[in-house]
Amino acid sequence: MNLTLRVWRQSGGAAKGRFVEYQAKGVSEEMSFLEMLDTVNEELIGRGEEPIAFDHDCREGICGACGMVIDGVPHGPLQATTTCQLHMRFFKDGQTVTIEPWRAGAFPVIKDLAVDRSAFDRIIQAGGYVAVSTGGVPDGNAIPIGKDVSDRSMDAAQCIGCGACVAACKNASAMLFVAAKISHLGLLPQGKVERERRVVNMVEAMDSEGFGSCTNIGSCEAVCPKGITLDTISLMNREFLRARFTHKSRD
Amino acid sequence: MSITLDAKVPGGPLGAKWTTYRQEMKLVNPANRRRFNVIVVGSGLAGASAAATLGELGYNVDCFCFQDSARRAHSIAAQGGINAAKNYRNDGDSVYRLFYDTIKGGDFRAREANVYRLAEVSVNIIDQCVAQGVPFAREYGGMLDNRSFGGAQVSRTFYARGQTGQQLLLGAYQALCRQIAEGTVRMYPRTEMLDIVLIDGHAKGIITRDLVSGAISSHSADAVVLATGGYGNVFFLSTNAKGCNVTSTYRAYKKGALFANPCFTQIHPTCIPVSGDYQSKLTLMSESLRNDGRVWVPLVRGDKRHPRDIPENERDYYLERKYPSYGNLAPRDIASRAAKEVCDEGRGVGPGGRGVYLDFAASINRLGEDKIRERYGNLFEMYERITGENAYAQPMRIYPAVHYTMGGLWVDYNLMSNIPGLYVIGEANFSDHGANRLGASALMQGLADGYFVLPNTLPGYFAGSPQKKYGADHPEFKKAEDDVKTRTARLLGINGKRTVMDFHRELGKLMWDKVGMARNEKGLKEALARIPQIRQEFWENVRVTGSEADFNQSLEYAGRVADFLEFAELLAYDALVREESCGGHFREEYQTEDGEALRNDDNFAYVSCWEFRGTDQYPELHREHLSYDQVRMTQRSYR
Repeated sequence: MNLTLRVWRQSGGAAKGRFVEYQAKGVSEEMSFLEMLDTVNEELIGRGEEPIAFDHDCREGICGACGMVIDGVPHGPLQATTTCQLHMRFFKDGQTVTIEPWRAGAFPVIKDLAVDRSAFDRIIQAGGYVAVSTGGVPDGNAIPIGKDVSDRSMDAAQCIGCGACVAACKNASAMLFVAAKISHLGLLPQGKVERERRVVNMVEAMDSEGFGSCTNIGSCEAVCPKGITLDTISLMNREFLRARFTHKSRD
Repeated sequence: MSITLDAKVPGGPLGAKWTTYRQEMKLVNPANRRRFNVIVVGSGLAGASAAATLGELGYNVDCFCFQDSARRAHSIAAQGGINAAKNYRNDGDSVYRLFYDTIKGGDFRAREANVYRLAEVSVNIIDQCVAQGVPFAREYGGMLDNRSFGGAQVSRTFYARGQTGQQLLLGAYQALCRQIAEGTVRMYPRTEMLDIVLIDGHAKGIITRDLVSGAISSHSADAVVLATGGYGNVFFLSTNAKGCNVTSTYRAYKKGALFANPCFTQIHPTCIPVSGDYQSKLTLMSESLRNDGRVWVPLVRGDKRHPRDIPENERDYYLERKYPSYGNLAPRDIASRAAKEVCDEGRGVGPGGRGVYLDFAASINRLGEDKIRERYGNLFEMYERITGENAYAQPMRIYPAVHYTMGGLWVDYNLMSNIPGLYVIGEANFSDHGANRLGASALMQGLADGYFVLPNTLPGYFAGSPQKKYGADHPEFKKAEDDVKTRTARLLGINGKRTVMDFHRELGKLMWDKVGMARNEKGLKEALARIPQIRQEFWENVRVTGSEADFNQSLEYAGRVADFLEFAELLAYDALVREESCGGHFREEYQTEDGEALRNDDNFAYVSCWEFRGTDQYPELHREHLSYDQVRMTQRSYR
C-alpha cells in the first residue's frame, strides 16, 4: 500500500515546528508502524536529508520508549497497543496519516517526534518506591498476599511510563501514570507503610512538574497501551484524602 | 602485554567459598565510602541494582544509560521468570541442584565457583524483590507461585505474568530512584559511553556523548562498572532492543580488557518467524509457553494443509519424540537446533517454511481457554498483533532467533576484568552461563551480580592497596576525548551512498548464515574473508546525515555498527578455533551420530580469552582452563 504521511518536524526544543509531507510507498501490511517509518527514513538518508527523529527501543511494547500521536490519537487507532506494536494492516492504501509528538508543557520536544519525559522519573524519585535497602529483608513467603490483591497490584504495575495518558489529556494531566504507581505499591502490604508520604510527595512532584489537573474525562484510560484503568485514580484520590488527615507535611 | 589469568577463586570446599570470602573480605568504613566514586554504565537489572545498592552503602555513584529513562533498559523485555532455589514446591530443589542444572545447561563451560555462588544468592533475590513490592504471581493462599522452565525438572521459576523482567527492573529502578533522590546516585540518561580511560593500567573513568546536545565529556572515578548487556544485535535481527550494542565492552576490549567466549551465543527456540525484508527485530514468545504448548511439524515434507486439518497421526511432535524425559521443555540450544533440523528437512510451516507449530489445543482442552488466557494472555495478544492470527484457535508459528549472548568480558571471581578497577556484571560478562544459558537465569544473574555480588567484591579493591585519584582534567581524558571526536568527525565526513542500516543488515545476514545456529570451518572462513570487506566499504561509503552537536540518531547508530563490524570478526575467530560443539556453539563437523553436540573436553575445557592486537590484526588467545571439583563433566542428555 502507499500512504501520505504528514509528519511534525522540529529541529530542536526552541525551534518552530511544522508539518512536512512524505510519501510512504510499497508499505507491507505485516510491517509495524515504526518499520514503516524506518523505510521512509532510509529514503530520506538516501536523499541526504535528515531522518525523522523518534524514540524507540524494544519494539515489543514493553520499554515505553516509543510513542507518537497518530491521526490525533496517542499510539494510533488500535486500543491497548504501543506504536511499535501497531501494524500496518490497520491502515488503508491511499490513506493520509498525520504524525505528531506528545504535546504537553511538561514534555518539551527534543526533536521531531522525540520528547523529554524526565518529569516522570522525577515523580518516581519523589516517592514511587518502597524504601528498603538491599539485604536484611524477610523471606518472600513471610507475608501472605492474597491472589486478588496481588493481581490488582500487578494490573497497575504494568504501566510502561510511555506518557500517552498525558498526551491524550486535554489538561496534560499525569494522574493515570501517578495513580498506577500509587495503586501498585499501595495495594501491597509492603507498600502500605509509606502510603501517606508517598501519595503526598508524588502528587506534589506531579504538580510542580507542570502537569495539569484531572477532570475525569477518561481519555487517558482510552489510550493506555497497558489498560491501566480509571479506578486507580479513584484509589489515589482516596489515598490522598486519607493522607491529608493523617500526614501533616512533606518530609 | 603479558597477561596472567587468575580467576581468584577462594579456597575451601565449593559450598563454603562465598561465605568464607565474605568473612575474610576487606571492608571500607561507612564514613569513607562517600570518598569513592563509582561509574556504572547501564541501568538494566545488573546496572540499576548495582548502582542502587552501592548508593545505599554510601558510595558516590554516577550511572549512565543511553535510553531516555533508566526504566527502559532491555531487561524490561524479559518475559518468563526468574529462577531461585527456594524449594517452596517441595519438589527436590536445592542450591546444589540449581547450581548443577546451570553448569550442565551451560554444557560444562562455566566457572564452577561463580555458578555455585549464583545459586546461593538466588534465594536472597526473591526476598529482596518481594520486599520492594514486585507483584510476583501468588496462589490463592497468598504464597508465591512457581512455574517450570527448560532444562530443569523442578518448578523454581518465579514470575509476574509474562512481564517478569519489567517488574524486576521497575523494582531496581525504583530503588535507584530512591538513591537519586537521596543524592548518592547521579543519573545520566540519554548518555552513551564511547571510551574508557586507563591511567597507570587502572580504569579511571569514561568518555561519554550527551545524545541530546552531542557534547563529549569526561567522567573520572575510582572504579568503572560495565553493565551494558549483550551483543546479539551483531546479527541485526535478534530479540534485543534496537539500541542494544557492543560498544562499551568492545571499546574496553580495545583498551586491553579480555573478551571471553564471544562465540557462545544463544538462539532462542520460540520467536515469531521473520515476515519480510523490512523487518527490524524479532519478537520472543516466552519459553514459559512450552509448559503448556506442544511443538510439532507435519510428518511429511511440503504438507501445506491447515494445521487443524492435519490429523494426530500425521504430526511429528519431534521434541517429545527425541527427548521423552524433558519433551517440550528441552533446553534452548537443543530445541532450536531441532527446529532448524525439521525445517531443513522441508517440514517447516508458514511462509518460506521457516517455522514450527507451538500448539495449545491439548492444554486448552484440559484446562480451558480461560486458564491459558490467565497464564499467557499478554503473549497471545502480542502474537495476534504481530501476525494477525489467533493462537487460541490455531497453533502459533515459531522459529529460533538470536536472543542472548553468554560470552562477554572476562572477569574473575570478584567480577573484575583483567584491567584493575574495571568490573563487568550481568550479560556483559561471560561468567555464569557457559555455552548455553537456561531460561529464567539471566534475570537471576543480573540481580545477583548487582544486589549481592558486586557490592561485596568491589570494596576489596578500594580497601586493598590505596589507588591514586585523578580528575577528569588528566591528559589521558583529553586524549580519549580527542579520539572520540576524531572518529565522530570521520563518520560524518564520509558522505557515501549507503545507509548505516543497510550495512548492518548485510553484516547481520552474513553472521546468521555463516556464524549462526550451525557453523562449519568453510562458512566461518568465508565470513572472516567477507567481514573486513564490509567494514572497509562502511568506512568509505556510509552516509551519516546531520551534525555532531545535535540529537542525531544516525550518528549514534553509525558508531555502534562500526563496532559491530569489528566485533563480528572476533566472534567468528572464536567460533573457528573452538573445534567442538557445546551449548549454543554448534560446529557441524563435531556431532554425535544422532546429531547432538559433541564436546571435546580434552582440548577445549577452557574459556577463550581474546586480547586485542589492533584492528585488522589477529587477536591473541589466552586460555582459562576449567576444572570441576564438585561435578563430573558428562555428556548432556535430556532424553
